[in-house]
Amino acid sequence: MSTAVDTSAAVPLPAEGDGTPLKKRLRRAERRRNLLFGALILPLALVVLVAFIWPIGSLLTIGVDNPEIHDNLPRTLAALEDWNGSAPPAEAAFRALADELAAAKGSPAIAAIAKRLNRENAGYRSLVMKTARKLPLDAAVPAREALVAIDAQWGELATWQAIHRAGGALTPFYLLAAIDRVIDADGNIVAAPEDERIYVDVLLRTFWMSLIVTVCCLTLGFSVAYLMASLSTRHSNMLMIFVLLPFWTSVLVRVAAWIVLLQNEGLVNRLLMWLGLTDSPLQLLFNRFGVYVAMVHILLPFMVLPLYSVMKGISPVYMRAALSLGCPPFRSFWKIYFPQTLPGIGAGGLLVFIMCMGYYITPALLGGPKEQMLSYFIAFYTNQTINWGMAAALSAVLLAATLLLYMVYARYLGPTRVKYMKAR
Amino acid sequence: MLQPYASPVERAWYFGMRGLVGLILAFLFLPILVIVPLSFNADSFLMYPMSGFSLRWYEEFATSPAWRQALMNSLIVSPLATLLAMVLGTLASIGLVRAEFPGKALLTAVLISPMVVPVVVIGVAMYIFFAPLGLTGSYTGLVLAHAILGVPFVVTTVTATLQGFDFNLVRAASSLGANPITTFFRVTLPMVAPGIISGGLFAFATSFDEVVVTLFLASPEQATLPRQMFAGIRENISPTIAAVATILIVLSTLMLMTLEWLRRRAERMRGARR
Repeated sequence: MSTAVDTSAAVPLPAEGDGTPLKKRLRRAERRRNLLFGALILPLALVVLVAFIWPIGSLLTIGVDNPEIHDNLPRTLAALEDWNGSAPPAEAAFRALADELAAAKGSPAIAAIAKRLNRENAGYRSLVMKTARKLPLDAAVPAREALVAIDAQWGELATWQAIHRAGGALTPFYLLAAIDRVIDADGNIVAAPEDERIYVDVLLRTFWMSLIVTVCCLTLGFSVAYLMASLSTRHSNMLMIFVLLPFWTSVLVRVAAWIVLLQNEGLVNRLLMWLGLTDSPLQLLFNRFGVYVAMVHILLPFMVLPLYSVMKGISPVYMRAALSLGCPPFRSFWKIYFPQTLPGIGAGGLLVFIMCMGYYITPALLGGPKEQMLSYFIAFYTNQTINWGMAAALSAVLLAATLLLYMVYARYLGPTRVKYMKAR
Repeated sequence: MLQPYASPVERAWYFGMRGLVGLILAFLFLPILVIVPLSFNADSFLMYPMSGFSLRWYEEFATSPAWRQALMNSLIVSPLATLLAMVLGTLASIGLVRAEFPGKALLTAVLISPMVVPVVVIGVAMYIFFAPLGLTGSYTGLVLAHAILGVPFVVTTVTATLQGFDFNLVRAASSLGANPITTFFRVTLPMVAPGIISGGLFAFATSFDEVVVTLFLASPEQATLPRQMFAGIRENISPTIAAVATILIVLSTLMLMTLEWLRRRAERMRGARR
């Protein structure tokens, strides 16, 4: 019935005579096992590091990268190294600048230098371009006089201070711009000009919209989870289908469905008019309302699932005890039941809030310009205006906010529970 | 349960609560059903009342070059990405559960981080990084990106399954003379298969529904089904969208049923062991 297996060959018993103590050999076997299983992680770890962590890291460095002056005018910067900034720089600096601008002439580098210096002071772009047109200089003439002859601004301290300031390898410019701050000529961090202050608004809007959606999801999700937890497993499993099917349905399908429902001739407007609540169709799409409705619809399952799993574990005994001791029903709910659901509320709330903050598709398809959140601007700067520095800085802000909240979340439920989370 | 001696307040609470939850579930469920009949509408407006029954939008979906290409692309990218995520994710999960080394928690966090980082950030980062490597506008880049997005689901479900797995069974197999490969395919794999499959389903659903990263990485030739739907909804929403939506709803119902079946099977097996 059974084939004879020579077990002694498959598992060699610890031989006594070879001198190595058993303990040591066991440790060695343990180490080999560890290496073997550790090696199984390697392929995935490599793929994730190379194709995910590295790209994100290099994106973040783009946000502080400042190569224009640093890479294109290295000799000028070297000549300015010991400059105290209170007297005009030495002739060597003028000569180096004239040579390097002449070398950059006609290549994309000159435009990069001009654009970068223009950020320090509007007007430097034309200064650089005008100077470059008249270069190279005659080697016999002192470079200082020749440059000042081309434009008197080369004789001003402010021009050289701007080059000096813009010459660092790294810049906080984009990160500060992402919170509506700029560095003025004296090196102080000040508020950006009124008409350029948009990102703090966008950031606050992102937080505000996420908060509204989270509160709506919490209110609706709490009732659903509460009822499901109080029903028998058979019944609650049936209700669960109503939560899980939308959860598994494509976001785009749901967005399309809301367009059908909320458009001017849509079912919701027809119903409202039939009920006599309004005479003409209401504008329900391409505004805040449409975005809120669709986002609550998409994210509600993410609230119900953690709430339900927490409520399912709450023993009904405590509520019964409170009631039998004469505590009024609502008071016992508030004092006894509700505090036990707090882990679920925290987890579900943070999960929905985190996912909300990164939303792009729903506001892009259902919202107007005033509904666009941080993600929209990141995509905008990447694809439309090719301002990668700004896209990177805004990404850093969004990433920081997300990771911060995620760390709070991980403390509540632990990392394995995030399987509810579908990246959207 | 409503007791026969319940007071009027309790009765009101009982029915009120059920009514409220019924409304909320209707809010979740009905919008998805609303779009299905419109895919059979005879005229070209995506609105009620319908003018007649027709299959023309399904025909449009099946014959239009753009939609066919999109379907083809989705059927190339998603299965490949899922397969890659399942193989790499399962191997790594076994390693993560069995090996002990410093920094394991950090490594786990890194491996599941694609689930946490906002998709737009992932899209932009990969776009800027992949472009000089010639990986934008290529199937390779798209499959790689989708696989990375799917990996966390495989890792979380498979590690969870493995944590309930009795490794004495592996010891028993090797003590009976099976080599590690045989042990893996005959003992470990069948036991953790439900975890791998449900992780794979999550990964597939993620890839099959992925728009944002695809928007950044794919050229028009690689437009996937969701990418094409995104363009369709944005530019001119036609009943073809409803037809595609209906097909996707059927697909998600099938995936949900598979998952539910796996869950019941796992429950039965746990019950049998006791």
